[in-house]
Parts: sequence; C-alpha cells; structure tokens
Amino acid sequence: MSETRCDITLTVNGETVAETVDARKTLVDFLRDDLVLTGSHVGCEHGVCGACTVRVDGVIVRGCLMLAAQCDGANVETVEGVSDAGEIADLQKAFEQRNALQCGFCTPGMLLTAQELLRDGGVPSREQIREQISGNYCRCTGYHAIVDAIESVAEARAGGKR
Amino acid sequence: MKPAPFAYAKAKSLDHAIELLARPDGEARLLAGGQSLIATLNMRLSAPKLLIDLNGVDGLAGIAVKSGMVEIGALTRHVEAERSDAIAEHAPLIALAMPHIGHAAIRNRGTLGGSIAFADPAAELPACLVALGGEVEIAGPRGKRTVRADDFFKGLFETALGPGDVLTAIRVPAATPESRVGFAEFARRHGDYAMVGLAATAQADGKGLGDVRLAYFGVGNIPLRARKAETKLTEGNIDDAVQALAADLDPSGDVQATGATKKHLAGVLLRRVAKQLMEQP
Repeated sequence: MSETRCDITLTVNGETVAETVDARKTLVDFLRDDLVLTGSHVGCEHGVCGACTVRVDGVIVRGCLMLAAQCDGANVETVEGVSDAGEIADLQKAFEQRNALQCGFCTPGMLLTAQELLRDGGVPSREQIREQISGNYCRCTGYHAIVDAIESVAEARAGGKR
Repeated sequence: MKPAPFAYAKAKSLDHAIELLARPDGEARLLAGGQSLIATLNMRLSAPKLLIDLNGVDGLAGIAVKSGMVEIGALTRHVEAERSDAIAEHAPLIALAMPHIGHAAIRNRGTLGGSIAFADPAAELPACLVALGGEVEIAGPRGKRTVRADDFFKGLFETALGPGDVLTAIRVPAATPESRVGFAEFARRHGDYAMVGLAATAQADGKGLGDVRLAYFGVGNIPLRARKAETKLTEGNIDDAVQALAADLDPSGDVQATGATKKHLAGVLLRRVAKQLMEQP
C-alpha cells in the first residue's frame, strides 16, 4: 500500500526505464545518480534556481520538486534528449555565439525554459522572455546575453520577421 | 539537502486518500503539486512518515461555472487556471493574480488547492479567496463540509483543515457586470513570494464603489482585510483610505523588508489597486 522503495517504469529521452527507487529520491537525483544523465543540474534543491529544469509529459518542471516515485508512467525528457533530438540546436548555437553561457551551470535549465516559450511560436517581447526565465538563476549574471540569444532564435524561427 | 525517509502511497480515490490519512500518529501529508511541500521536505523543515499522492485521483481537477459560482477543483494546476477562458471571464481577479505566482515550471505543477491548503501568508491565492468572499470544500472522515474563506485561514500556515481532511475544491462568486477587481504586489524578483500584496474586489455603485473588500498578503499571519480602508474607499476617498491603513495593518519586519517599509508599500499598492477598481468600465 505504501512503500519506502517504489518500482517505477517510465520513459526517459525515448527509452523505457524500469528501476526501484527510494520514495524520497527526487526526480533530478534519480536522473543524475541512477541514470547518469548529469546535464540536469542540482542547485538550490528548493525550487528557486531552475538549474534542475526537466520536462515531464511535455512541460517543464523543477526536477527537485518532483519525486522519482511520482514519475511512474511518465515521459521524462532531459537536456540530453532534447539536444540529441535536434530540437534546440539553433538555441544552443545562439547561446554559444552570443556568449549566453559563462560557467554553463544554468544553461540546461535556461535552454529548456526558453524552448517552452518559443515552442508556442511567435516572437515574444524581451519583457516576456525575461518573465519566462525569471525562475532561472544565472549566477554569472549573464542575463542580457541570454535574452539576446532567445530573442534572436525567436526571430529566426519566425523567418526573420517581427 | 535531501528529504528524510518517508513512505509513498498513490491514492486511488478521494476515499482512499482519507483512509490513508487516518493514521494514529497523524504524520501523513497530502502531496498535490508539491511545489511547497517537497521544498520543505528537501530542507527538512518537515519530515512526515507518509506522503499520499493525490495526483491521479479522478474528479479533483477542473473548472466549472454553475449557479453563479466558479468552482475550481483542488488539483487544478496554476497553468490551467492561467490559460482558462472561464477564469478570465468569470473569476478575473484570479486571472490577474496568476502570472505573479511562481514561474512557468512551478505553475506547470502547482495546484490551486495546494496553495490554499498550504496557506502561505505571502501567497496570492489565499488573499484572492478572501477578497472574493469565496469558500472551500473539504472532505473528511465525517463527510463533506464547506467553510467560508473568512473562517478558513486561522493562523500562520494554519487553516480549518483537520489532520484527516482533504481540500477538494474552492468556489468563488462568478463575476457580474458590476464586479470590479484589482491586484498588485511587490516582489524582489518576478514570481517570488510578495513582500506585500493586495487583492481587492468591489461592486460598481453608480459612479462610486460599494462592498469594497481589500485582502492584503505578506503583512500578517493570514490574508488580512483592511476594513477601515475599505470603508474610506467606499466613501470615494483614496487619501483617507491610505491613512486608514495605519490602523488596519501592523506588519512585522522580515528578511525582505521592515514593518515600516511594508506599511508604506501597502499604501502605494492601495493607490494602484484603487485606480484599477475605479477605472474598469
């Protein structure tokens, strides 16, 4: 009925994974420790910094505020999977070209957070971009370049038109 | 940090959740969106023995407008309310507040019922519920009951919910052509908990406002009505209403701001919100 160890079967980056996890294990720790998908980072561990951002069933979530046990049957995507699929190749290139990553710690979370906004189509305003990434800390404080990179990709995807 | 060990159970139904909650040690907690609960577990501010996951229980999510009320199921996620046409039309105060709640990734998981049940004194939704004169539906071992918002928030993180209770829905009166709403808050970073916030409702009454309800958050242990300021605003005098706040509010300082700063900001917010209330068509 209730257990401190839980059997879970889920899809991670398109592959089926079956594991037994501690009930208290967070999703991001499961991804990093058990599956060695270390692209998702662990920062504050209480939902403030956004470094652990991953996708569950198509939408971004805090990997530190979900339990692995809750992901039985879920479809989880990490920055590794989204990278390999080529979905954010243009965003990654723009981050590199515009120096939108310095130490890189926040970058996986920033990319997935930005992609959720851009996926809806259109060219968001800089204010909307800033609001979207307001839950992701960059402790190098390189926000301006990050907004530039996201904006340039939005414009490019919209065919260079505003 | 990592949470202390606990057991995890997925509730199959509302009755099952209530059954699981009825532990003699009272150390079970309900897990809804988890956006506050799991943070407190990670920080070891709480260490329950059992987490009962409500996600997946049928019938607890959804937005419905019936008999002049908007009913929002407890498991409705913030993102659903944020994008809901029914909320925009019939509960515009909640629509105004929604973008201020957390960040995109938080709103994808967090639930309206969870926010009300957690009753963080700096959270937006409890104040909205009070401003709207809404009510909370609760299911417990002895059946269902309804509690008015004014009676629901009891103290710091303390509500009318007993240890065996599950909050199942919130209800607010649907907006009418006379309804006026206002919302503003100060937060250091967009999406963070407010230093001070204000949710307000009123009824258009000729050229003035009637039935003004001002619910402040971040200035006390629970959402606080500023009743003297409400009276002054009903009389149409914004300056007097701001003055009256001195008697209505006595905020303590916290890590974000001193009590005096909060009091000042409360007045600034009142001017902004009064403008919203008065300028709506």
